[in-house]
Amino acid sequence: MDTISRRSFLKAAGAAAAGLATACDRASRPVTASRTQYSWLNVDEAGFIEPAIARLVPADESGPGALEANVAVYIDLQLAGAWGAGERLYRSGPWQQGKPTQGYQLPFTPAELFRNSMRAITDDVRKTNQVSFAKLTAADQDAYLKALEGGGKDLGGVPSNIFFQSLLEMTIEGFFSDPAYGGNKDMAAWKQIGFPGAYANYYDLVDKHGIEFRRPPMSLAQDASGTIHIHVEPPAQSAAKGR
Amino acid sequence: MATRRAEADAVLLGVGMVGAMVGRELTRAGLKVVGLERGEPQFTVPDFQGPHMHDELRYSVRKALMQDTAKETFTFRHAANETALPIRRLASFLPGTGLGGSLVHWNGQTYRFQDSDFRLRTHTTERYGKNFIPADVTIQDWGVTAAELEPYFDRFEYLMGTSGKAGNIKGRKIAGGNPFEDPRSREYPTPPQKEPYGSAMFRKAASSLGYHPFPQPSCNLSQPYTNPEGQELKTCTFCGFCERYGCEHFAKSTAQTTLLPALLSDPNFELRTGCQVVKINVDNTQKTATGVTYIGANGEEIEQPAKLVIVGMFALNNVRMLLLSKIGQPYDPASGSGVVGRNYAYQTTSSVQVFYDESVNINPFMRSGANGTLIADFVSDNFDHGPLAFIGGAYIGEVMTHGRPIEFHPTPPGTPSWGSAWKKAVLQHYNHTTVLNIHGSSTAIRQNYLDLDPTYKDAWGQPLLRMTFDFPDNDIKMSAYLTDKALEIGKAMGGQQVVGSPRKGPYNITQYQTTHNTGGTVMGTDPSTSVVNRYLQSWDVPNVFVIGASNYPQNASYNPTGTLGALAYWAADAIVTKYLKSPGPLMHI
Ligand SMILES: Cc1cc2nc3c(=O)[nH]c(=O)nc-3n(C[C@H](O)[C@H](O)[C@H](O)COP(=O)(O)OP(=O)(O)OC[C@H]3O[C@@H](n4cnc5c(N)ncnc54)[C@H](O)[C@@H]3O)c2cc1C
Repeated sequence: MDTISRRSFLKAAGAAAAGLATACDRASRPVTASRTQYSWLNVDEAGFIEPAIARLVPADESGPGALEANVAVYIDLQLAGAWGAGERLYRSGPWQQGKPTQGYQLPFTPAELFRNSMRAITDDVRKTNQVSFAKLTAADQDAYLKALEGGGKDLGGVPSNIFFQSLLEMTIEGFFSDPAYGGNKDMAAWKQIGFPGAYANYYDLVDKHGIEFRRPPMSLAQDASGTIHIHVEPPAQSAAKGR
Repeated sequence: MATRRAEADAVLLGVGMVGAMVGRELTRAGLKVVGLERGEPQFTVPDFQGPHMHDELRYSVRKALMQDTAKETFTFRHAANETALPIRRLASFLPGTGLGGSLVHWNGQTYRFQDSDFRLRTHTTERYGKNFIPADVTIQDWGVTAAELEPYFDRFEYLMGTSGKAGNIKGRKIAGGNPFEDPRSREYPTPPQKEPYGSAMFRKAASSLGYHPFPQPSCNLSQPYTNPEGQELKTCTFCGFCERYGCEHFAKSTAQTTLLPALLSDPNFELRTGCQVVKINVDNTQKTATGVTYIGANGEEIEQPAKLVIVGMFALNNVRMLLLSKIGQPYDPASGSGVVGRNYAYQTTSSVQVFYDESVNINPFMRSGANGTLIADFVSDNFDHGPLAFIGGAYIGEVMTHGRPIEFHPTPPGTPSWGSAWKKAVLQHYNHTTVLNIHGSSTAIRQNYLDLDPTYKDAWGQPLLRMTFDFPDNDIKMSAYLTDKALEIGKAMGGQQVVGSPRKGPYNITQYQTTHNTGGTVMGTDPSTSVVNRYLQSWDVPNVFVIGASNYPQNASYNPTGTLGALAYWAADAIVTKYLKSPGPLMHI
């Protein structure tokens, strides 16, 4: 994939350069408005994920939504890492569809599931609308997401409702997880709900019933100057194994 | 060919809660004990330290401290006529892995089951008559009484330093405690934890309705405590990262904080981690275990001979180990014969949400794993079941444990699951909602059981355990009745909106409910309906003791671990004072 260098260029060149990217993009692929450098998402995928998460958790008068909080970066890092590769997922066959109450039964890792689904979505949207998902109106984007959620569409072997649920779950995770993982930029989600994050000593306050707790949130990846350092996706194995 | 190690006096299969407790008792009695643990060693320092421990994604969502399902999982179906499929990611229940087992990441809600639980069939028949128990309900007595277990409950609570308020000391009722508890010999080792806001509102509402609220007994300690093993526990800070996390503060009672330093420094004990036990070996009489076979950390097969085998691998794994080792007759649901895997039960839970307006700051993140207020008025048989036509009950309480936002972002019914309206609702309700739990019993029925899966295997090529389970009608009725009671209390708490629905079938393994899996190696006094006798000794192979919630003939209203602690000390005492003096069956039929 040649996307990295091109994205680096886009990032350096800034928003105004987005139009220029058409020239160096693969032929027939539309331009994305993305200026972010992703390590796993390709340009079409970013062109879907970014507007999609902006509809799932929109910015409003209370503050940033998923897009502004860099949830696309979170999703990118997760899919690039151990989680995307199927960490902790039992992957022996035979593969057989069960009831929803029996849980996930597809043979795909999260990375495979996203790649298959997003490839199918890119083709599907372009075929029916002649433009990319990013270019649809917000109302049309919502209608398309609702259709995915409702199921029925086959996305390269992935039932669309399963993809939608995974996308929604990852969006909510990225919005609310520690900014160490790339989303929840500036702890914007925590600030909006009033969650203090990794800060964790309420011995003196727990019986001060109803107190208004105003301490700014804290990230586990924050240094003494308050700068948050994004992890390269640490695998979710036991603490002992992790060191 | 397996490498053969020198024979040990006793081998522990798993060094979680049961392994650490029984290991300590046996080494103290002078036995040379080898502890085999599949996971890694892990300790408060450095492994559980903040701030990295306060990582909701890694520990709650990705489940870093839990059994690695890529290697080993379970299969599940609702009924014997369906095909079981692997649980490819654990969700409904979360057994741990690594030194200290699931106790590392438990909440610390610490109860004693009641005498009527231990004598459930007899008690129910005595009070309601023979015909009250439906034909397919296979509830039975445990073969022990609350009075027999009292000294062991006491010892376990004093090991843990449990924070609580007694309701009944030697028959004398004490105000402020649980008035329904059986007599205890003395007060809890430490006083209750502080009461959070939501719990205080619950207390007021429950009292106004004539119920008897009391503080949840907690293994997140209210004050420093030194236990009889010389281990010092500290005060819980209400950090809100308890269940699914290791405790950085030495404030949660776990094997690490109450036992392991003493056990690991005992020259009679040898810990081996990264050791996957695959089989208990039995000699050709089929009546004596010779030891175990395990796969070592470097992938080599090793035989560990031992005179005594202690199975403490967590309930579900205990059942599987007996089936893999062909110890005891597997249960057959068609004929109702056989015992291993029989009477699998769970916990029947539901919840009620109380939404307040934005002037009420609940501060859900200021919580410990066990610092709520609850009522036992509907636990077990503390209320008249005659007109209700079901068995069992539940505690109802405001026992929230955290406000971590990936898992907790309540919205009222009718809110869309994404988009602007969802975001607005989440922002509006996050800090102004409290949740009541209805934590109910689980009856055993003929159709629910555990056996080996015919198709799916673990990373070592051994069959996975297959779970066949759905909620019994009895428990659905119980949940409906008691969720209504909780709704009434919720309404008396003064919220704007109170919502909740009872547990309904079908059982969904994709939602966390509890890690309170019980049964499958049931204890009792009749070998045709139990796997182990009342001392938790295998009827078939007397030098094998199986200890876990797998011993429970059915599950009661309370969380199971306080009772398991008592049973582990009870069994260890029987081994040390009876079995070691004269190895052989401790009960004769
Ligand atoms: C998230 C969570 C919250 C909980 N909260 C509460 C609570 O608040 N109150 C309550 O009463 N209970 C609670 N529990 C339940 C409680 O943790 C268990 O009841 C208790 O830990 C069981 O002890 P055990 O010794 O049987 O199993 P464990 O403590 O799990 O120990 C079993 C050990 O065996 C090891 N093992 C398994 N298989 C093998 C093998 N093949 N070879 C070698 N080793 C093996 C495991 O790695 C583990 O270390 C909770 C559980 C969880 C998961």
